[in-house]
Amino acid sequence: MIVAERKKIPEIVEIIKPHKKVLVLGCGTCVTVCLAGGEREVSIISSALRIAARVNGYEYEIEEHTIERQCDNVFIEEASEIIARNDAVVSLGCGAGVQAIAERYNTKPVYAGLNTSFIGILEERAVWTEKCAACGDCVLHEYGGICPITRCAKHLLNGPCGGSLEDRCEVSPDKPCGWQLIYKRLKSIGQLDRLKQIKPPKNWGKSLAGGSRIIVREDHRI
Amino acid sequence: MRIQYPTNIRIIRTPCTGKLEVEYFMKAFENGADGVLIAGCEEGGCHFIEGNLLAKRRVNYTRELLKELGLSPERIRMVNISAAMARPFVDIVNDMVETIKGLGQSPLNPKKDNQPNTNTTLEITK
Repeated sequence: MIVAERKKIPEIVEIIKPHKKVLVLGCGTCVTVCLAGGEREVSIISSALRIAARVNGYEYEIEEHTIERQCDNVFIEEASEIIARNDAVVSLGCGAGVQAIAERYNTKPVYAGLNTSFIGILEERAVWTEKCAACGDCVLHEYGGICPITRCAKHLLNGPCGGSLEDRCEVSPDKPCGWQLIYKRLKSIGQLDRLKQIKPPKNWGKSLAGGSRIIVREDHRI
Repeated sequence: MRIQYPTNIRIIRTPCTGKLEVEYFMKAFENGADGVLIAGCEEGGCHFIEGNLLAKRRVNYTRELLKELGLSPERIRMVNISAAMARPFVDIVNDMVETIKGLGQSPLNPKKDNQPNTNTTLEITK
């Protein structure tokens, strides 16, 4: 899922202070699960923004609403009336959600209330870790299911770099060496011979280096 | 025992401090509370195992939020106290009231005088 975290309140206040009526719009999908932009966070951030307005003498009013998914037209339409009656929207969705709302309301300023961080998983209660860089050309099958792009600080396809200390990454000693994990995993599934193959340079054209990406499924188009 | 605690607090009973969420605290401040005191069971003594420990983390998160907003984090405090501890309870409430008086009225308090008088105390029921 997409993992995000809340922007600091003063940063959001600075963005919205010229407006009179502001909608704080939550998203009920990924950012709800990562405790950043769901109904509860909408309530907390809205309260904080109202307090900030009264402490600093700003005149904006805050309305709260949460929709099921901000990256889906069907759900965005549900909020059309609420969006229409406000001067601006602070989206607590991921970057895709913010842009989805902005693209559908030409004259409405839409601001991000969260910093979208990465694609990851819930590691343990309230701890999320990055697992996928969405590079567009998955190589997980060659590395025992551990992504060298995401888990190795140097994104090495032919690792390890030799700089790890015990099993710690030399770039961030608080993290495990991705290549140590790959080695252990390949050993445990009996595929260590994969490491003998030299991997050619990766085609980053399928990643963001080739510009924003689009996927079209002709068989599903109407 | 007939011990008296200050009359300028309002007690809200909850089944357990674990029921309290950050938004409750924020709503209290938004509605003009000068301070919020959370009185939970002693650590290790929660009937629901870890309700008071959850509350403690939420209070700490709220303190960080208050700092972001330019309000003193001292306006919210969590204490661990058993229902049988009347004298310590009164002392804690007195201390909280003194702290809030020192900080002055919340900028969100609709009352115009300078005397803080709407502390909100949240207490658990055993």
